[in-house]
This record gives sequence, structure tokens and C-alpha cells, in this order.
Amino acid sequence: MEQTINIIPIQYYMLLCTLLFVIGVAGVLIKRNALVIFMSIEIMLNSVNLLLVAFSVYHNDPAGQIFVFFVMIVAAAEVAVGLALVVMVYRHTHSIDIDFLNKLKW
Amino acid sequence: MLTKYLFYFFSILAIFASVMVLMSKKPIHSVLYLTLAFLAIAGHFILLNAQFIAIVNVIVYAGAIMVLFLFTVMLLNLNIAIEHQKSNLIKITAVIAAGLLFVTITGATKKLDIVYNHNQVVTQIGMVKNLGKILFSDFRLPFEVSGILFLSAMVGTVMLGKKTGD
Repeated sequence: MEQTINIIPIQYYMLLCTLLFVIGVAGVLIKRNALVIFMSIEIMLNSVNLLLVAFSVYHNDPAGQIFVFFVMIVAAAEVAVGLALVVMVYRHTHSIDIDFLNKLKW
Repeated sequence: MLTKYLFYFFSILAIFASVMVLMSKKPIHSVLYLTLAFLAIAGHFILLNAQFIAIVNVIVYAGAIMVLFLFTVMLLNLNIAIEHQKSNLIKITAVIAAGLLFVTITGATKKLDIVYNHNQVVTQIGMVKNLGKILFSDFRLPFEVSGILFLSAMVGTVMLGKKTGD
């Protein structure tokens, strides 16, 4: 654990985070369940957080980790409001299938 | 050498859990796999010596947010509902689009010539003491504003969750 910086190149972290982000994008595109789409967004947020922390450590700059902290704060607020919206949608349509919510589409 | 193995272990665990979030049929399995993915990412943070972020990740994501998701899944009783799948054409198109995004980002960042001083001592910036000093000196205003953001989120959630027509 002492020399992660010396052993793992930053490119590995970039590859891993890109892969996680792409998985999140695919989830948003594939799924119809609003909850799973929310989870995919959380995966994307987390992959970006990981890359921010990696760059912050490799640059020896703490501002990146502070920024990750604020990203987590905003994510927590977003999830609270988003899940309240999901519950409200479920009350109105008795389903959380997003394909039913197409009134504003056209 | 152990660091390398741990890096590969956490990476494979995170990718596997993220894929399983999408592959699971029941939402509750997705939630549990997502918790696994968050814990793997917290392991990555510890590997990077960012202990404050690792702990906050476990408490906020694997704790609070996952409890919210679990409550919603159980409140809506979604486990018995059969999820309608999108058509295969849309699925294949989505996977191809995501793959193209991956190729684009990797191709764009591959040529980056990032050079670091690889002989530095282990960084201490991720410790609670160090980050706390910076958070309460340089970043006072954003910290207070995030408190207001939480308050407004709470008010909005209560307003949305209230039964209409009361």
C-alpha cells in the first residue's frame, strides 16, 4: 500500500474509470426501470469520483478530493429528490416504466 | 506486488458488480450488486491512500443512498413486477453506442503524455486531518452552501412525497 503511485500507472485508472462510465451509459440506454437507471447514474458518478481521486493523489493536490466530497454531497441530495419523484410517478401510473412517461416527448 | 493484485482484484470486482447491476432481473439484486460495486470502489480509494474519501464513500453511498434505494424497492413492492425489456434492436444499438464511446474516450486519452515524479514518498493528502484543514479554511463557503442544498433537497423531498389532495 505504500507505493501505489509507483506501481500502478495512471493510465490503468483511466481505463478502469472509462469502462465503469461506459457501463453506466449502457445501463441508462438499455433499461426501462427508472430505479435501475438511477443506479446506472450512480455508477457513472462513482467512476468519475475514482478518477478524480486518482489524479488528485498522483498530482499531490488535495483539491481533487475536496471536489469528490462535494460531488458526493450533490449525489446524495439528487438521489433523495429523484427517489421521491419515482415514488410519485409510481403513485400516478402504478409503474416505474419510463416508457410510459412520454407525454412531454413530442 | 500485493498492491498490483489488489488493484486487479478491486477492478474486476467493480466491473463485475456494475455489469451485474444491469443484468439482474430483480431490482433488489441490482441494489445489492451496486453496494458491492461501491465497496470495491472504496477499496480503490484505500489503495490510493485517500482514507477520508473511502470512509465517506462507504457511509454515504453504501450506507445512506443504498438504504434509500432499498426502501424505495420495498415500498413500491417492485420485486413481483416483471420488468418489460426493451427490444433487442435497441439493446444492441445501445451497447454499440456505449462501446463507441469507450473507444473514443480511450483513443482520445491514449496519446496523453502524463509524466509524474515516481520517486515521491507516499502522499498524505488523503488523511482526515489534512483534508479537514483545507475543507474548513479554503472551502468554507461551498461547505456551508452544501448545507443549504441539503435543506432544500429535504424540503423538496417532503413536498413531493406528500399525498396530493390533502
